[in-house]
Amino acid sequence: MLEIIDVKKTFNPGTVNAKTALNGLNLTLKDGDFVTVIGGNGAGKSTMLNAIAGVWKPDEGKILIDGTDITPMPEHKRAKFLGRVFQDPMMGTAADMQIIENLALAKRRGTRRGLAWHIKKTERAEYRELLASLDLGLETRLTSKVGLLSGGQRQAVTLLMASLNKPKLLLLDEHTAALDPKTSAKVLEITDRIVTESNLTTLMITHNMRDAIAHGNRLIMMHEGRIVVDVEGEEKKKLTVEDLLGLFAKASGKEFSNDRAILS
Amino acid sequence: MFLNWLGALPGAAAQGMIWGIMAIGVYLTYKILDVADLTVDGSICTGGAVCAILVTNGVNVWLAMLIALIAGLLAGFVTGLLHTFMGIPAILAGILTQLMLWSINLKIMGKANVALPSRKYDLLLAQINIEKSLIVLAVAVILLIVLLYWFFGTELGASIRATGNNLNMSRAQGINTDFTKVLGLTLSNGIVALSGALLAQYQGFADVSMGRGAIVIGLAAVIIGEAVISKISQNLAVRLVGVVAGGVIYYFVYQTVIFLGLDADLLKMLSAIVVAFFLAVPYWKKTYFTKAKGGKKHA
Repeated sequence: MLEIIDVKKTFNPGTVNAKTALNGLNLTLKDGDFVTVIGGNGAGKSTMLNAIAGVWKPDEGKILIDGTDITPMPEHKRAKFLGRVFQDPMMGTAADMQIIENLALAKRRGTRRGLAWHIKKTERAEYRELLASLDLGLETRLTSKVGLLSGGQRQAVTLLMASLNKPKLLLLDEHTAALDPKTSAKVLEITDRIVTESNLTTLMITHNMRDAIAHGNRLIMMHEGRIVVDVEGEEKKKLTVEDLLGLFAKASGKEFSNDRAILS
Repeated sequence: MFLNWLGALPGAAAQGMIWGIMAIGVYLTYKILDVADLTVDGSICTGGAVCAILVTNGVNVWLAMLIALIAGLLAGFVTGLLHTFMGIPAILAGILTQLMLWSINLKIMGKANVALPSRKYDLLLAQINIEKSLIVLAVAVILLIVLLYWFFGTELGASIRATGNNLNMSRAQGINTDFTKVLGLTLSNGIVALSGALLAQYQGFADVSMGRGAIVIGLAAVIIGEAVISKISQNLAVRLVGVVAGGVIYYFVYQTVIFLGLDADLLKMLSAIVVAFFLAVPYWKKTYFTKAKGGKKHA
């Protein structure tokens, strides 16, 4: 479904700040894969997601979705294949617009936006039901500005938006990192439910190794712009945090360098 | 003296409504698209120049207004291209177009000033017939607000609002933000040119410097309008009514300080100071009057 072939990306090339973020990245996802992604600081996790989303073009390599080469497509054109949730809860929603308006904007992802009214009457009931499924009491606040919601509520709404119209691929970029532990657990629970219900192919970056083990059917670990560990199925279920640290040391010849990931 | 002042108010209201229409254009860019567009100083004159030169050459005033509108749309389109296609910061893109328009406006009129006397031509409004002018302007304002209210409620209009609100989110939801920015800038300058065409008819001439400082008056109207209306309603139509009211209030104040004997040369400076002050208020509120909130965590 998703194929990343030999993708390379260097930021600030030719300067002292040159940083090779992706160094010949290869990854193939099967339909319905729910892959958790871990790695140290600067390993290239977010860079990989941004390469898929088209925030910039890679220096080399190709990215395919269902066999279609999306590498030359601008960000807004690829959006029809993708659902995205970001680390910063402010980033995924329009704060001055209503909850229902945000959902309606997401519903039209990948369609031509014309002079039809921006919310159809029939959509209202659908959104109310979806919001009720979050169990956050948002179904009674359809016309509230998103800016009035808490970070966790905003991430939950962004998740709904990202999953509308069943995107081919869901990209979650540390979407619980800015939340307190309780809210984070709640948003992860919602994530699991949405991914399972719609059988979405998903890439989820997390800084938390336990979360990475507990969620999804496959786990990859990145280091210096490449994938160094790739475990799935039964083998993944049996993993422990110690196993992961060992695997990382073996693959990279270094200690894992993300304190936050080990401690949390 | 007091009666003189009272007698000047209908004229101030008419001028305020014309500038209120202009301020609606500023509202589209400054408030909805979150871009400060300085093209307007040039495009308001373009609207006036096109209208004046066409009418004095025997073209029907309605047709002249339509062509003035198109000229303004084009001016905004150029700024949009400078900003998106050529990657020039919006403020600078607006200044560049404004400078281009200075030459273009001179070329359109062939000189710095074109008289458009209402005695000689069949105009929609004129200073000597204030009742008629007020009615025409009120109808124009209502039509414009209804049209914009509808447009910003469509899928396309909502995508412009989203662009101004959160670029990142808009792209992630498949909105071509370059397109929506160009569309917003185009639309805004079309409205501004239309107000220029109305202004030229009302004052009976078009002048190459009639747009100098227009952005400041537009911003003043937007700010006054927000202050008056934002507590009452968040509805876009109500807010646009507020913007026009802001223009009218601005001209009432303007008329009053003139009657109080203030040197008219100082008015532009005073407008700028007042606008600077009101732009500073939200910043001051945020910096000096909010208690520190801990941490980066979101509950």
